[in-house]
Amino acid sequence: MSRLADKIQEVFNEPGCAANQAKSEKVRKKGCSKPLQPGGAAGGCAFDGAKIALQPIVDVAHLVHGPIACEGSSWDNRGVKSSGSKLYRTGFTTDMNENDVVFGGEKRLFRSIKEIIEKYDPPAVFVYQTCVPAMMGDDIVAVCKVAAEKFGKPCIPIISPGFVGPKNLGNKLAGEAMLDYVIGTREPEFTTPYDINIIGEYNVAGELWQVKPLLDELGIRILSCLSGDARYHEVAQSHRARAAMMVCSTAMINVARKMEERYGIPYFEGSFYGISDTSESLRQIARLLIARGADAELMDRVEALIAREEAKAFAAIQAYTPRLAGKKVLLITGGVKSWSVVAALQEAGLTIVGTSVKKSTKEDKERLKEMSPDVHQIDDLRPREMYKMLKEAQADIMLSGGRSQFVALKARMPWMDINQERSYAYCGYVGIVEMVRQIEKALSNPIWDQVRSAPPWEEITWESRADAANAADAAQNAAAAMPAARVA
Amino acid sequence: MAKIVTSTKSCTVNPLRMSQPLGASLAFMGLRNCMPLLHGSQGCTSFGLVLFVRHFRESIPMQTTAMSEVATVLGGFDNVEQAIVNIVGRTKPDVIGICTTGVTEIKGDDLDGFIKEVRRKHPELANVALVSVSTPDFKGALEDGFAATVTRIVETLVEAPAPGAARDAVKLNVLAGSHLTPGDIDELRDIIEAFGLQPTFLPDISGSLDGHLPDDFTPTTHGGVSVAEVAAMGSAAHTLALGEQMRKAAVALEAKAGMPFTLLRRLTGLAAGDELMATLAQISGRPVPAKYRRQRSQLVDAMLDGHFYFGGKQVAIGAEPDMLLNISGFLADMGCTVSAAVTTTTSPILEQVPSDEVLIGDLEDLERRGEDCDLLVTHSHGRQAAERLGVPLFRMGLPMFDRLGAAHQVAVGYRGTRDLIFSIGNVFIAAIKEPDVSSWRDAAARPERFDAPITAH
Repeated sequence: MSRLADKIQEVFNEPGCAANQAKSEKVRKKGCSKPLQPGGAAGGCAFDGAKIALQPIVDVAHLVHGPIACEGSSWDNRGVKSSGSKLYRTGFTTDMNENDVVFGGEKRLFRSIKEIIEKYDPPAVFVYQTCVPAMMGDDIVAVCKVAAEKFGKPCIPIISPGFVGPKNLGNKLAGEAMLDYVIGTREPEFTTPYDINIIGEYNVAGELWQVKPLLDELGIRILSCLSGDARYHEVAQSHRARAAMMVCSTAMINVARKMEERYGIPYFEGSFYGISDTSESLRQIARLLIARGADAELMDRVEALIAREEAKAFAAIQAYTPRLAGKKVLLITGGVKSWSVVAALQEAGLTIVGTSVKKSTKEDKERLKEMSPDVHQIDDLRPREMYKMLKEAQADIMLSGGRSQFVALKARMPWMDINQERSYAYCGYVGIVEMVRQIEKALSNPIWDQVRSAPPWEEITWESRADAANAADAAQNAAAAMPAARVA
Repeated sequence: MAKIVTSTKSCTVNPLRMSQPLGASLAFMGLRNCMPLLHGSQGCTSFGLVLFVRHFRESIPMQTTAMSEVATVLGGFDNVEQAIVNIVGRTKPDVIGICTTGVTEIKGDDLDGFIKEVRRKHPELANVALVSVSTPDFKGALEDGFAATVTRIVETLVEAPAPGAARDAVKLNVLAGSHLTPGDIDELRDIIEAFGLQPTFLPDISGSLDGHLPDDFTPTTHGGVSVAEVAAMGSAAHTLALGEQMRKAAVALEAKAGMPFTLLRRLTGLAAGDELMATLAQISGRPVPAKYRRQRSQLVDAMLDGHFYFGGKQVAIGAEPDMLLNISGFLADMGCTVSAAVTTTTSPILEQVPSDEVLIGDLEDLERRGEDCDLLVTHSHGRQAAERLGVPLFRMGLPMFDRLGAAHQVAVGYRGTRDLIFSIGNVFIAAIKEPDVSSWRDAAARPERFDAPITAH
């Protein structure tokens, strides 16, 4: 456990994190996530985060060491895509029973690894620690070591049991496991001055493939993506890349920073959401590669490609603007996505009337404010508050993750999924056009007028009831005249 | 009689089973204005919540005591107390259903003791019902957690009638197992009411998880059976227990309130429909309404029309025990062979499953045993296996995240069975391969699977 505690402290101390640099040492030690409130928490655990971060490595067997709860209700539930092996979609778990809880689960874990190697012969087995075996003291590092020696296959312990913290911490602990056990363990057959890593991109709905053709055209090779559509050996040889792009800012900054420190791979933080962000990211990639020995003419080709693709994308979007201009969007999503998606939507002529900042860092919030000073930043995501926002901001559509979709839908409000489980891909130039197309499709659907119509016998509408409830709340708050004493 | 075997593998591959706390939460969601609370780390709740949201396509009320590593080691009283206080403050529920998870069971947190202490410290919470249930993840399955919770709700919330108090002959308690959808419960309510009876369903997910537009945004369940209605179940004259899993709850209800119960193991199929009707006729003292006599005749006709497509088909089924018995029994009644049956947990009814063997195992087992089958019946996670086997998948059970209408899939009674014949029969028809010049050559080469190619016409 002390090893894990050290690891967590190390992650909390991450000097590459801008938020951390501003903190005192004492504050830093407390970690970057707010303490969870019993009865008022939402969101995944550290194990969830670790699995999200690594499961996109498609040819690996992902084995969850724990009781059925951890894998049984979550396997094959993410929309990350593979161009080859489908093994990542197979749910492996030790499914610990009462006996294992009494006598320890190490033997079952060892035998499970053996069975997987015999039946599926993956290039590696990733073993995820969960709360129950962590509490019992199962030493999965030792089991992985013995299994790797015995079977001649990498067995990688991912120490990120749920109760150490939230999803984001799990992303980072997963990254640590890659740094400790995988990255740098294999040499690529050849290298080129145009080899890059993309870190923190998971290929949700195949988004990586919206950008890869551009890189292919430029002769830029993705030596390894961490972890979208990745193969084990690609991650193992990723230390030979010339430059790296870090996509999801807070998720794997530790990996990007440590790879710079250990292997001299410079990185930048970028996004492929939206036209200008995509262009800027391509320029950054070229800049870093040229600085490390790529031919300077790369930049000319990048600029030519950007000019061509931007023109194409703007033309495609313009076809939609007559129908979208002035439409108002309420954007409920976390962290980096807030500002990158805001930029994308503004390009399409949409107005952002509000966005959630619950998961965003202070820097994210400031950046957002710079970009669009008029946008409401929403912290409170209780359903009735959100309905109030939809109404007061007079939004035409809400964009959010699957969990909050029903707030919009039950308010008979167009909604579009922009989170992990979404089924459409929105990356790069083609992706933003697709997003605009989807928004237009949602807004123009003829059901809205129908579903908002009251039945012929209805006298009091649901809206008036909700308004009355909100008014009652407001009156109650005013009467109480006690700031921050909201219990509704 | 089926032989019951347990998988000897160390590693579960492609789980069929889900954990007890999920079943417990589902049962609690059948109570009105309820907040299910999992006592564990926040991931336990988050995974369950996402699963239910994708299945029902509804907002799902579920909370967590958000146990940290330190709290887990030291014991979770503070977290349970804070969670209850916060939930009451934020959502004003009538009832909070508290379930343990793996970590808090291992630590040995005493939920009943915690609740007593919360009651002592917080007299202001007296009007909020608290029901606790032990649901370790490392034991049992969703069905077990669901059943244990219904039993605990009966023990905690039902009020024993005063000695000598008259029973309400029209009131009927219905304990509805986890194999029933909101649509099934709606259908059963209609049937029961047609006999002049007033059913109280426990739990009643037909009001809370049926996909409807609520009047207001409540963070707890909207719809379901109320605490007061559950309390009043003690005054009913009879109890109907649906599914073997409900036996314990029915026994608990009988022990507490003294009314007899009838247990119906199956609700799908002609004989099962007849048993349901006869039971209700007997309890109510009324004849079977004309509407259902007509529906029975429609079902018989559907069986006649449909049997061509069901007869001789090999079906591989993966489901929790009560659903497995119900659906495999129905398919066998229609002439199918249940060539593989995989389930999640032990149950006294497993040996009645019409198959040579019932395996307590996973979807990898089902896939291997289903290699020669014509149809796979299981929840949505069977999609990869069906694709690899090249056979159609008929989705039943939880989760069903890649199709619409999971909550309204109805399989009970005459009408439910009739429609199920059409749905599954159409899957068989859609999979028919037109005969070609070598069809009979191939058939002759494998006499054990001799099945004359038929056409869809």
